[in-house]
Parts: sequence; C-alpha cells; structure tokens
Amino acid sequence: MLEELGTNDQGDMIINIGPQHPSTHGVLHLVITLNGETVKKVEPHLGYIHRSIEKMCESLSYRQFIYVTSRMDYLSSHINNHGCALCVEKGLQIEIPARAQVIRVLMDELTRLASHLLWWGALAMDLGAFTPFFYSFREREMINELMEDTCGARLTMNYIVPGGVMMDLHPDFQRKVKEFLRLFKSKIHEYDDLVTGNIIFQNRTKGVGYISREDAISYGCTGPTGRGSGLSCDIRKLYPYEIYDQLQFDEVIETDGDSWARYKVRVGEMMQSMRIIEQLIDNIPEGEFQAKTKAVLKLPKGDFYTRVETARGELGVYIVSEGGSTPYRIKFRSPGFSNLSALDHMSRGGKIGDLMATMGTLDLVIPDIDR
Amino acid sequence: MISLEGLTTLLQTWLQNTLGEPWAFAAESVIVGIAAITLFAFLGLALVYMERKVAALMQIRLGPNRVGPKGIFQTSADTLKLVMKEGLTPDGADKFLFNLAPFMVMIAAMLVLAPIAFARNFQIWDLSIGVLYVAAVSSVAVIGILMAGWSSNNKYSLLGAMRSAAQIVSYELSAGLSILAIVILTGSLRISDIINSQADGWWIIKGHLPVLIAFIVFLIAVTAETNRAPFDLAEAESELTAGFHTEYSGMKFALFFLAEYINIFIGCAINATLFFGGWMPFHIGGWDSFNHVMDFIPSSIWFFGKTMFLIFLIMWFRWTFPRLRVDQLLNLEWKYLLPISMVNLLLVTFMAIMGWHL
Repeated sequence: MLEELGTNDQGDMIINIGPQHPSTHGVLHLVITLNGETVKKVEPHLGYIHRSIEKMCESLSYRQFIYVTSRMDYLSSHINNHGCALCVEKGLQIEIPARAQVIRVLMDELTRLASHLLWWGALAMDLGAFTPFFYSFREREMINELMEDTCGARLTMNYIVPGGVMMDLHPDFQRKVKEFLRLFKSKIHEYDDLVTGNIIFQNRTKGVGYISREDAISYGCTGPTGRGSGLSCDIRKLYPYEIYDQLQFDEVIETDGDSWARYKVRVGEMMQSMRIIEQLIDNIPEGEFQAKTKAVLKLPKGDFYTRVETARGELGVYIVSEGGSTPYRIKFRSPGFSNLSALDHMSRGGKIGDLMATMGTLDLVIPDIDR
Repeated sequence: MISLEGLTTLLQTWLQNTLGEPWAFAAESVIVGIAAITLFAFLGLALVYMERKVAALMQIRLGPNRVGPKGIFQTSADTLKLVMKEGLTPDGADKFLFNLAPFMVMIAAMLVLAPIAFARNFQIWDLSIGVLYVAAVSSVAVIGILMAGWSSNNKYSLLGAMRSAAQIVSYELSAGLSILAIVILTGSLRISDIINSQADGWWIIKGHLPVLIAFIVFLIAVTAETNRAPFDLAEAESELTAGFHTEYSGMKFALFFLAEYINIFIGCAINATLFFGGWMPFHIGGWDSFNHVMDFIPSSIWFFGKTMFLIFLIMWFRWTFPRLRVDQLLNLEWKYLLPISMVNLLLVTFMAIMGWHL
C-alpha cells in the first residue's frame, strides 16, 4: 500500500483511479502503475460496496433472500432473481406454469436489452462522446416504464419468485412491448451512425484490451467478454433453462478478443434479444402465472447449483441446505468478478485511454463484484 | 444605419478636441481595455449558453430553461455562484504558480483579441504582423496550462498538462502552415490587408482546392489547440477526472473555463478572417449590383455570423465525436495533417505564382 503514495523505485507513477472517478461507474478502486501514458499494471481494490449479501441471505427465508439479490447486479435484477428462483425450484422440484416461464424469459430479455443499452451509452461516454448516452436512455426509459407497469419498480424488480412470477402481466404489456420494438428498430440506424460507424470509435476499440480464448478461459471470463474472444459460453445455449431450448436465437461470437469484438457481441446480443421477444410476445400462453407452493419453503438437505446468463455473463447460484427454512450457505458466482480479474491482463501495455475503453467493454457493475 | 466605424471616429474626434493628443490616447486605451474585458465576459457567458443549447439540441433535451426567458440568465447565475465559491488552494500546491496560472491563460486569450477586426475599420490594433502575432500569443496559453498542471501537485493535473503541451505545440505547426497559405495568397500579414484582399470573393471560394484543404486543416488545428472534443485530452473527464484544472475551484476555475470559450471565439474569428473574409460581405467579382446589395448588411453582422457558424461547427464536433487517444492524436498531426499542409503550401505557392487565384 505504500506505493500508492507516489512513484515506485523504477520511476513509474502510481495513480489511484477511483473509488470516486467518472469512468469506474461505481466505487471501483484501481491502483495503476504508469510509465508516462503507458499502463504497466492495474490492481483492482474491492470492498467499497461490500454488503455481505451472501451472509445476509443465510438468515432470510427462501422467499425473502431473492429480494436481496436484486441489489447485486442491479442492471440485471430480473435475471438475478431468476437464477435464485430456479435454484430454489430445483431443490423443491416445483413445476413452473408455461405462462410464468414465458413471462420470465420475456423479462430476462427486456432486462438484457436495458442493460446493454445503458452499457452502450456509458461506453461511448467513457470514450468521450456524451450524446449517445441520451439516445440510449431514451430507449431504455421505455423498458423501464414497461417494468414499472408490470411490477411497480424500475431498477430492483423482485418480480420473479419461486414458483413463477409475483403477479400477472399488465394488460397493456404486449402493446407497449410491440411499440418499443417498433421504435427501437427505427432508431438503430442512429446508433450505427453515431457510434458503430464512427472511425474514431473504431480506432479507440480495435486491438485494444486483447485477451485470447485460452486466457479468457483461464480467467473465467463469461458473457460477452468471453464470447468476444471466441469462447462459446452462453448458458442459454449450453445449459438451457426455462424455454430457451425451444427458441430461435443465435449465440453471438466474435473471435478477435479486443474491445471492438466485445462491442459487436453486445450489439449483436441486443438484436438477438429482440428476436426472442418478437417470438414470444404474441405467444404468451394463458394460464396460471404462479405454481401452488407452500407458505414456508423448506429445501431438502443437500446442495443445489443453477446458472443463468445475465447481461454480463454467467451467474451461478449455489445453495447448501440443511433442511431448514433458511439456506445454510449461499454462494453467488458473479460474472463481473471474473471479468474484472482479467482487466490487468487486458490493459497492460496500453494507454490510459485504452484502460477506459477496456473497462467500458467489460461492462462492470461494482455491486455485482463486491456483493 | 449605425456603423461601428462612425462611433469610433466620433469618439476619437470628441476626445481629441476636449483632452488633447496624449490624454486622448490614454483615455482611448482605458476605454478599449474596458471594452475588451466587457466583451470577454459577455462572450464567455454567451458562448457557454450557446454551448449548452447546442448540446441540448444534439442530445434531444431542452437545455437551460429556468433562469430568465429560455434560460438566458443561467450562465450569469452560474458565474455568480462561481464568484461566491471559495477558491481553494491545495495544501501541497505551489501557491504562487497555482494562483498565477489561470491569469496567464486568461491574459493570453485576451491579448489575442487585439488584432481581430470585428467590423469595417473596427479593430483595436491593426499591427503589421497581425496573423503572426495571433499565432505567437495564442501559444503562450500553454505555459499557463503547464503551470496549472505542475503547481497543483496532482498527478491527474500533471498528466493533463503534459498532454495539453504536446497537443498545442504539435497543432501550432499545421495551424501556422494553414495561415501561411493565406499569407502567400495575400502577400501581407496585416489583418486588414487580408480582409481587403477578399473584396472580390472570399478565399474559401476563389482559392480553389488548396485553400479548402488549408481551411479544414486549420479548423481541426483550432479544435485541437482549444482543447475541445474530440481533442479534449487535457481534461479528459473519463480518464483524468478534469485534467489540468482538477484542483481549481471557484473563480479560478471560471477563468480557465472562460478562457477556453474565448479561445474558441478567437480561433473561429481568425478562421473567419482568413478564409471567409472577416467582416467582408459576400462578394462575387464583377457582380457590382449584387455586391452592393450585400453591403447593406452591416459588416459586424457578417463577422459575427461567420464566427458563430464556425463556433457551431466546433460545438457540433464536441457533441458528436468520441475522444481520440493520445498517440492517435499525435499521429493525426505528425503523420497526416503536417505532411498534408506542407504539400498544400507548395500547391498554394504554385497557384499564387501562376496567378490562378485572381
């Protein structure tokens, strides 16, 4: 920690980026070693937003602990809830009504879209362009309103519960989703003109933050970060849950391993999410939205693991049960933590500006890393 | 029609008749100084307001609309807030240099106002080396920025200042070469000569392709020299929080902020003078009746119209482009702009020798 004070014995400058810094998007603290403008080492320091969610979950019942998980990766709160609900359902062996399954997948994909939209704007902002942020928030606002209609919350949803979903869809849901899709499609060309086709943007991201497929595997990179390096790691394809195995969608994979590849993966994923929503929005089956469950859930003795694909990668939920009404131990495998661990490897030898581009395309959500 | 030229002549005759030659000169200096400072403050406020409205236009929002009609007093209110704020000096800073730096930047910006012709025969100082003076004095600002970065005793500031120095020193070159292109065509460094040479058409029109290239290079160089996006590396907020003025607050920060806008104004005013004829109305050689109609629009409106259009362009850049990386920034200058402007200078010289521009 002493070297945080200034320069080290090789004459390199040590700079603290964060915990309050415009481009760390939260309370991430990076200690970077600089030789001029060149980054020699990046050392993430965590713990600024640690709320000991895993420990808290141990004293909450199986219905209650799901609410806490909305606060982990707050941009994919539906998907966090979904992962936990799946794990509990796996333990209890509950059959989920078809309607609930479709609603869950719809919500997951809308969340993924909203999260990627926010990432898109924030990445452009990291690279110095402010305007895209407003464009992406214009579309994201429509999704937020959809969420608000459905479950009353815009960020921390708590909508998916063991056995199904909390309440039925809003009557306007289908109409509004279709309106959103129509509007979003008519705006995509703006996105391409403003950012994707911009030569400065391409120069800032191509060849920046490279990570090979082998390194991506050894660092445990998942989600768009792994897929940008050519690693097939989409849980929706590899270990399908709910109705993902019946849907037509592609796993977007790029092989370049740089920030530009990760950018293209995320943009491609937005298109795939839209494809999934389009397939489902007219085919929501009638029926119950929640299975009949007992008032107090008690998982049998044993351990249960499920994984879901959040907007950032693979979220693993591991529950150890002693047979009581609260979990004995819960562990979350968060995608952000593993992706962040590769940051040092990716940004060594680059410039400070490259570090921001790399960090932007990793799409870090700090509460997800710290929990 | 009130002309600014008439006003100044009237004032001068009145002063000379009442005070006598030496005192009239002293009084004029004071009046000019006050006018320059007033213009400085007014331009700062107006351009900040304009920037916010342009940004809002680009970003599908309304911009300031609460203080005064359409929010026109927003920037005045902001300035008032900045004046009342405490001007902190960090503990480890070099106090003298830290407090001097904003004034260096501001004085450099104000000095460059001197040779700019705002309207027909309305100019503070029509010195014989006008454009050379502009090029020389505008680069003094970098000393202030380096001072701010070094004396703040902050690593972000230091990095920002170093970036800024590298950037301004590099882009001076192609800016200078673009100015030279016009100087070759005009045969004079004096601003009034440059403007008068465009009486039968602006250089951008009658200068053919070489002048167009020089204009584009100059526009890029001005954007870079004023540390504006996409070249705002010196204060890249996502990398260096606020770059060289990270530690500044209150009025000292405001001076940097205002100087940036004055520099934009000056850069665009010089740009308009060199390539769009400054206050010269839109003339086409030979079309005398058309030229006469154009002369009815006051020269100050022509000057400010052209300058504001160029400022709008620069603001448009800022709210559209992402920022370049530091090595890409220097590559752009040394590998592309500088060779292009050198070849272009040869082209212009050839064109001037052959007399194609007449």
